[in-house]
Amino acid sequence: MIELKYPFDENSVRALRAGDAVSITGRIYTGRDKFHKYVADGGKIPVDFRDGALYHCGPVVVGGSGGYKAVAAGPTTSVRENPYEPAFIEQSGVRLIIGKGGMNDATLAAMKRYGCVYVQAVGGAAALGAAAVKKVAGVSMLDEFGAAEAVWHFDVERFTGVVAMDSHGRNLFAEVEEESKKRLAAL
Amino acid sequence: MRTVDDIVRLIRETSTSLPDDVERALRSAVRREAKGSSAAIVLKTVLDNVKLARNCGLPLCQDTGTLTFFVSSSLRSKVTPERIRKAVAIATEKGLLRKNTIDSVSGKSYDDNCADGAPLVHYVEGGRSVTLVMKGGGSENMSRQYSLPDSAVGAGRDMEGVRKCLLDAVVNAQGYGCAPGVLGVCIGGDRATGFEVAKEQLLRNLGDVAEDAELRKMEKRVLREANSLGIGPMGLGGKTTILGVKIASRPRVPASFFVTVAYMCWALRRRTMEFA
Repeated sequence: MIELKYPFDENSVRALRAGDAVSITGRIYTGRDKFHKYVADGGKIPVDFRDGALYHCGPVVVGGSGGYKAVAAGPTTSVRENPYEPAFIEQSGVRLIIGKGGMNDATLAAMKRYGCVYVQAVGGAAALGAAAVKKVAGVSMLDEFGAAEAVWHFDVERFTGVVAMDSHGRNLFAEVEEESKKRLAAL
Repeated sequence: MRTVDDIVRLIRETSTSLPDDVERALRSAVRREAKGSSAAIVLKTVLDNVKLARNCGLPLCQDTGTLTFFVSSSLRSKVTPERIRKAVAIATEKGLLRKNTIDSVSGKSYDDNCADGAPLVHYVEGGRSVTLVMKGGGSENMSRQYSLPDSAVGAGRDMEGVRKCLLDAVVNAQGYGCAPGVLGVCIGGDRATGFEVAKEQLLRNLGDVAEDAELRKMEKRVLREANSLGIGPMGLGGKTTILGVKIASRPRVPASFFVTVAYMCWALRRRTMEFA
């Protein structure tokens, strides 16, 4: 297990290889469908993603502005953000994208170019995800996007995942998919 | 009020506690995967998550999904749509359900998860029970309907064609639907019946087999072949891609031959509560 601590510097992120198990500690921000469309449409990115992590997640959060608590926080499907992610990586300087299912070749190319990796969190493992969130430090765009799509500021401890796309052009999902198609053809 | 409390309890148990048969299937899957592999790590994480959710009363997946209630018609006057909505609103307030219901035109959130058509309530024949199924969007997006013949899949209008569709659905889903998943399948029917019946198959226990010998054979074969594709848990490779295949058939008209696949994630949340 490789320990990653915020801020995630370019060298340590570029040293990661597809298949590495990682454990993430520090600040991460959630952002999903509405967030990506908003940024692509020219909206101002509400937080600083430089050397940071973006988590494709729509959590269950309870409480109010006096104090929030994440009770369920697993990943959502990343593929929907494919049209927006390469530009977001370039614009924001983000180093880790956490989600499920992986992303496309254009995103992989942007990861290679700007030094970013994709971390697969376990889909559906929402209780474990929430347990790793030690503090909800804040939230942005709550009124605009709603609770399931807002940009939540999570301080996490030992949030675990597997590097599925690295900055050297390897994409585990694409490899598995290609192999499965070959096997299907042989059945 | 007691009925509302009972329904809240049903929602709590469904959202926080994976059914025994699914958990058992995941446990035996871990034993099949190579030690230290991505597949084993993912499955272990899933099982840890299931345990934590149950012990702490937390939603085991944050996508608490589309809520579908199947209510025995004998309970129609007791378990009313109004009481179900009341219970859903309470469960949402308690954090057992995510604010997960969006107006398709305005994009606004129905913050109590109640709207015209949400939750879904079906009154069904027989028994005195209420069954709740929670199906997440990631898996729903992987559901498919084929119209045979389908030249892209190479599927003709026979059982061999059906088999090709089912394996195509698995390859298409990869890990996106949160594999290892379960396939609920309907052969035939019209388009709407196809999805309805395919989804109903997800209510069957994983140990259950089709009564019809031909369907039983197909369930077994597709399960074996799907797990030979190497897709694995969450699509990171491995031997466990599908936990079960449940097939039913309905008559069709000569012009139509639909094969409908309802893909369900490992977080197969279904639970039945018996009413006295």
